[in-house]
Parts: sequence; C-alpha cells; structure tokens
Amino acid sequence: MPPGTRIFDFDWTFGHLDQVWTRIIQHFQLILIPLAAGILISLLLAIWAVRQRWVYPPITLLTGVLYTIPSLAAFAVLKPILGLNLLTAWIPLTTYTLLILFRNFSAGFTAVPAEILESAEGMGYTRRQRLLRVELPLAIPLMIAGIRLASVTTIGLATIAAVLGDVFGGLGQLITEGIQTFFPTKYLLGAFLSIALAFGADFLFVRLERLITPWARARAEAR
Amino acid sequence: MDGIIAFFADPQNWQGTLGIPNRLVEHLQISLLAVALAVLIAVPIGLYIGHTNRGSSLAINLANIGRAVPSYAMMVIPLPLTLSLAPVLGYEPTFGLVFLPPFLAMTFLAIPPLLVATYAGLRSVDRELIEAGRGMGLKERQILSRIELPLASSIIVGGLRTATLQVIATATIAAILGGGGLGRFIFDGLNQGLAGRSSIYAGAILVTVLAVGVDLLLAMVQTRLTPRALRKRPTLGLRRSLGTGATTARGASMESGEAQT
Repeated sequence: MPPGTRIFDFDWTFGHLDQVWTRIIQHFQLILIPLAAGILISLLLAIWAVRQRWVYPPITLLTGVLYTIPSLAAFAVLKPILGLNLLTAWIPLTTYTLLILFRNFSAGFTAVPAEILESAEGMGYTRRQRLLRVELPLAIPLMIAGIRLASVTTIGLATIAAVLGDVFGGLGQLITEGIQTFFPTKYLLGAFLSIALAFGADFLFVRLERLITPWARARAEAR
Repeated sequence: MDGIIAFFADPQNWQGTLGIPNRLVEHLQISLLAVALAVLIAVPIGLYIGHTNRGSSLAINLANIGRAVPSYAMMVIPLPLTLSLAPVLGYEPTFGLVFLPPFLAMTFLAIPPLLVATYAGLRSVDRELIEAGRGMGLKERQILSRIELPLASSIIVGGLRTATLQVIATATIAAILGGGGLGRFIFDGLNQGLAGRSSIYAGAILVTVLAVGVDLLLAMVQTRLTPRALRKRPTLGLRRSLGTGATTARGASMESGEAQT
C-alpha cells in the first residue's frame, strides 16, 4: 500500500453502494436454496433414522465424509463438470449442511422422552399426529440450534464459492477482487459484510427459538 | 481421468518447489503451527473455566462468536496490518502477505472448537468422582490431572478434530494469497482454463485425502483415549456417533444448551 492511502476508503464505498448491494443479494442467492434443500433432506433422513435405528450410523458416516472434504476442493471439482453456474455452488453448500442438520434433527427427535410418546399414544394420537403435534414441537430447540449452525457455516462457505469466478458473485467476490487489485477497501468490505451476515443470522435464530418455544423459557424461569 | 493419472505419474510433479511433497510439507507446516498455537491458547483457558466453572458463559459466548466468522473473511482482515508492519518489525513483505494472514486466521478459527471441547469435556466428568478425589485428599491440581483430564481427553481430542479439519481446509484457501500448500494446485489449475483440469482434480484429491486421513487418525486417537468403561455401545443417537466426528453435534448441542438456559 503506498503511503498516504487510507486503509478504508469510505468515499469509494458510498460511490459503489449498488455494486455492494448486488453482491449481498447474490450471497443470499447462494445460501438460501442450499439451506432449504439441506433442511428438507435432513428432516426426511432424521425421520427415517428415528423409525429405523440401523440407518443412523451409515448416514452419519456418509454426511461426515462429505463434511470433511475441504470446500474449495468440492467447488473446484464440480466446476469443470457442471460449468460455472449456481448449481456448482449449491451442491456442495447443501451437502455441508447435512451432517449438522441430520445430527441435530435426530437428536431432537430422540430427545423426546418415552413417557411423553406413550401418553400421546394413550390419548389416541395416530403416528402422524404424534409426529406433528408432539415430536416436532419438542424437537424444535435442537433443530433450530442445528439450522442456526448450518446457516452460519453456509454463509461462510458461500464466500469461498466465489473464489471460482464472477458468476457466483456474493460477498466472497468482493474479497477476491479486493485481493487481486490490492484494494483493501473492497476486501475488508466483503469480509466485514459476510461477518455481519453470519452474526445477523445467528442472532435471528436465537430470537426465533425463544419466540416459538415459549415453554422453554417458562421452564427456565420456574427453576 | 487419464489426465489425473498422468498428473500423478509425472515425475515433474514429485520434485522441487512446485512438487507434491513440497506442497504437502507447506500445507502441514502452517496447519500444524496454527493448531499448536491454538492449543496453547485454548486448552489452558478451557481447563480453567471447566475446572472452576468460572467465566464459562463468557467464554462459550466468545467461542460461539468466533465460530460464526467466515474463514475467508478472517484471512483478509489482518492483511493491511501484516503488510504495513513488515518494515516496522523487519520481516519480508511476502511473509506478511502469504503466511501471517492465513496463519492468524487459522489460529483464530481453531480456538473456539478447542475451547468449547475442553470446557465441555471437563464438565462432563461425574461430580461424584471429583468429590471422591477431594475426599481422598487430592489437591485441585491433582484432581485436574488425574481425574478430570483423563476422563475428558477423548472429548478434547474431538475438539482437536474439528479444529484441525477447519485449519486444513483454510490452509487450502490460503493459496489465493499466493502462498504454498496443496491449494496451489487448485488455484493454478483454475487459472489455466481447460489445461488446468488435471491439476484441479489432483489438488482436490490430495487435499481431501489429507483431510480425511488426518481426521481418521485423530478419530482413532479419540477412541483409544475413551476410557474402556465408557466405550460401551451407546443407545442414544448422539452418543452413537462417537467414532465419526461427534464434536460438531456436541458443539451444537452445547450451543443449544446455552441457548435454552
């Protein structure tokens, strides 16, 4: 950096707000579909694993191995195969959510005490009713904790997807362009915005959990 | 496919600075240093708060904040500082560009899982065992080293696994700053267009094998460190995954435990 230049150029930032805004929108494009897909797949897998216990270890093993693959490797391998499009980013971003979500969803379901399940049965609930009215609500705290962790992880990994090229965009693109042009304002902006997004998501889910599980707080206060 | 085989068969790729062995060494070097520094910082703090239960919510919250920071973002934030400090502290500017920023980011990212696991490991020890130790006249330090640490060690290694995994993955991205490591093969390949495909695939394979291999190794250490009596076939879903990276689940369930209270 030549002497006299400022580390963070606010004038540039305010002059390029539309560009920054586009990158933020792109970041949401990168993360929302994988999160939704990850939640759906993990929910189905967790329900399956709760019904048939033997599938739990192989699913954890598989999602665990998928999780272990460094993200850059996954994106880079898919790029020549699928081309430079959103699917190349979406697939790994989805598989990275599975381990966390599947584990927390299954843990949520198995954490429902047997007595409660029996009383639901005694009240004449069908299996579907029991799942929807008893098991799901009681599993919610652990499920949201999982979604929270998965969202934060996905927001971070999505910045790496941008390393592949401009088409993905997202906040990672700001970082990459900033590094390549030796322009600190740009990479710092990308970095801080992605951190803000991750923190924002984290905070949002903490609130959400409190909002939809009022009984948890009531119990904590009664203690 | 042929390209990948040709890449690995080419003796050029096995020697010199650009060769696989050197890149692997570079990758391991920076990863090991970062994990070591993180252990030196996180484990003593985790032991202290785990043993005394003092300042636990502050530490866990800080750790959760640290966990939320994207690794790519963390890598570039120190960049202006490490570059401008080069003439002041007298190190090479390249060192401040390709080594220090990723190294600092990797250390920072490795601390939260280690800290949380050390704390959680110590808290998982049966209180009665500790009381029994006190009753036998053990000093606090002895309780820590003879009762708590052995019983918590497998959970602590679980945290080490999470930390190491993240560090190895971050070391891969670090190549974008121009440094070494196995990520070089991927970035160089991406810059070469069609001709770079085999380099991309080879880099991806090498990095994945390294990550999975190190994780398996640490998983074995983790199983060995689990006291035999606790190795019984667990019935609960969470416990069952002991061999396949239970730390994320533990971390997550710890988090939710925090959120609930």
